[in-house]
Amino acid sequence: MTHPANKQTIVALVENKPGVLNRVASLFRRRNFNVDSLTVGRTHRAHISRMTIVVDTQKTDGRLIAANLSKLINVIDVQIVSEQPHVRRDLALIKVRTDDVDSRNGVTEVCDRYPARIVDIGPMVAIIEITADEDIVESLIEDLRPIGIQELVRTGILAMGRGTRILDSDYEPRVPASSANAGLERYGV
Amino acid sequence: MLLSGAEIVMECLLREGVNVVFGYPGGAILPVYDALHKYRNQIHHVLVRHEQGASHMADGYSRATGRVGVCIATSGPGATNLVTGLSTAMMDSSPIIAITGQVPRAAIGTDAFQETDVTGVTLPVTKHNYLVTDIHELPYIIKEAFYIARTGRPGPVLIDIPKDLQNEKIEFVYPEEDVYLPGYKIPTGASEDDLARAIELIQQAKRPIILAGHGIMMSAAGKELRELAERAQIPVTLTLLGKGAMPENHPLTVGMMGMHGAAASNHAIQNADLLIALGMRFDDRVTGNLKTYAVNAKKIHVEIDPSEINKNVKVDVGINGDLRTVLTQLIPGVKPKTHPEWLNQIRDWQEDSSERDIVSNYVGDKLLGAQVVNDLWRYTGGESITVTDVGQHQMLEAQYYPHQRPATLITSGGAGTMGFGLPAAIGAKFGRPEEEVWAIVGDGGFQMTLCELATAVQENCKVNIAVLNNAFLGMVRQWQEIFYEERYQSTPMVNPDFCKLAEAYGIPAMRVTSRDQMAESVEFARRHDGPVLIEYVIEKEEMVYPMVAAGADLDNMIRRPKPGEVKA
Repeated sequence: MTHPANKQTIVALVENKPGVLNRVASLFRRRNFNVDSLTVGRTHRAHISRMTIVVDTQKTDGRLIAANLSKLINVIDVQIVSEQPHVRRDLALIKVRTDDVDSRNGVTEVCDRYPARIVDIGPMVAIIEITADEDIVESLIEDLRPIGIQELVRTGILAMGRGTRILDSDYEPRVPASSANAGLERYGV
Repeated sequence: MLLSGAEIVMECLLREGVNVVFGYPGGAILPVYDALHKYRNQIHHVLVRHEQGASHMADGYSRATGRVGVCIATSGPGATNLVTGLSTAMMDSSPIIAITGQVPRAAIGTDAFQETDVTGVTLPVTKHNYLVTDIHELPYIIKEAFYIARTGRPGPVLIDIPKDLQNEKIEFVYPEEDVYLPGYKIPTGASEDDLARAIELIQQAKRPIILAGHGIMMSAAGKELRELAERAQIPVTLTLLGKGAMPENHPLTVGMMGMHGAAASNHAIQNADLLIALGMRFDDRVTGNLKTYAVNAKKIHVEIDPSEINKNVKVDVGINGDLRTVLTQLIPGVKPKTHPEWLNQIRDWQEDSSERDIVSNYVGDKLLGAQVVNDLWRYTGGESITVTDVGQHQMLEAQYYPHQRPATLITSGGAGTMGFGLPAAIGAKFGRPEEEVWAIVGDGGFQMTLCELATAVQENCKVNIAVLNNAFLGMVRQWQEIFYEERYQSTPMVNPDFCKLAEAYGIPAMRVTSRDQMAESVEFARRHDGPVLIEYVIEKEEMVYPMVAAGADLDNMIRRPKPGEVKA
């Protein structure tokens, strides 16, 4: 997967606790970092979340972001995933007009040329879903625009290094002996 | 042992070696104060007059001792009053713990009386912060907080504790196991590669200079710094917070660098072929214009905070590590060298500066701030701990009070917090009661926190307060003189009679108006057991030179004219 020359993609493993996203957002604001997209989601470990951050290198040096992120206590590990081969995906849901023959045909025809599918269709509108590299998503959006986009949402970029390069942590949250039932939301910040 | 949350706080503080805390009570922190009563024989509480004072006292205590200072405040306005102190500690890497009361858990988010989202407010000005939601976590959090505050690049940590949790009781078991923080990395030494590259640059250099900062003190690497400097005959220039890292009477010490630094330091940096930056962060007050900063020099940067490397100045070798460890690794590889021409060149620059020196060349009859500071140094034997506020007097202190030992100058560098001086001096005295402590403050900053005079009296805290009164916000006035055609908007001050003010607090006071009273004023201060205030009435329009205008090239300095020269 090629990567736009002026973009860097950073992945961070963070403790799954309230307030962690706030800490990251506050850091970006405080350091005046310019971020293209930031996504957060869960991982296969209940207590670890994963963030994918895309930055414009002409505005902000990704290595400086990585160094600052790694200073946050709740950030377990940071990797600039775009320095090596990796997979990047953007998901979009696009609601388009389908209230006449031309628009219905147009939508079907455009979708056939992309790894996209129609996930909801009715007499007035349809929802199209695509999961692909962001360039392809952009291109689909441009092709649908003349038909009439009513509503659109994108997840932002998710990324993962190719091959056996693993970003994971065996971190297990401490459960105080005296409070086995206290739950994992320890700090509540 | 069944203990309340508030009592657990005390037990944990005791295990961290805390015997003094600075604070101010209020509704949401009352259970902690009741526990302080129970533990009053082990933990002394200093009642401040404004929570900002508590945060600066904890900071001053910490900088004077290297231990973690602790301050306590109630919820809402009590906690927000700590913010300036937290920001000050954050900028200068000072390890303090702030404990704040919070409204009961059930009331959080309801705009309850004196409720503020304190972890939200303090997020950018703390190294880390906690809102405790489970009492079982409390001992772990306090242990972590102290660990985070004092390790790595130190900094302030805040713990926000809801009132109901302070009252809740559990069977208390202190967590003896080590702190476990998966995302917290403390750098250690340098890689062999980086060491080899650094040594090669040092061997090749003909005009090297060391830039020593606060990190030398933080890492207790003063001995190693001297060893490196002496071994390769490398001159050393200091940041403001680096004063004390290297004895200033050492022949290799050039003096402070930066906006009001020694001209010789700034010339040396601009003419160097190698900068060795140790535990400093290339603040804009140190570099001036980055585009023209030390353009001919290779740069080595040893720094514990990875995000500081390549932040302002791009370096050739960046070593993320603990200074003492890295210097210990580095020194054996450095071959003894000499740079006689380079050192002579620096001596010439220094010679030129002493010709412009105000203290020895002044012929007027006014008392100058520079003279006051220099004489305080002379008559105290240069051995006291001086704590400054922010402004002209602070820069004069840096120029005219040479420090020989670490942690003897306490000053707000990064944040530049006016009002820091008096409370920080009180905190420093609590940390080092055996030392003579002088607060050197201006009439502006002093009035921002002078309510802490009452704290000094209540605690019979022996701080000598030197108020340099020029009836101006002097540093701002200096900028207005140079850059705003002497339009002194909002800088002249109508001040109270500081001596009468001191007397109202029961503090002995003396007014000094001429230089021949200087020795007497120091004797006066030493004669009394408790706090003393001395007002030095100084020249109103004194200038601090050299001066690098904000954003100007570092060696483009506005200089004091030599005797006989006409002011440009």
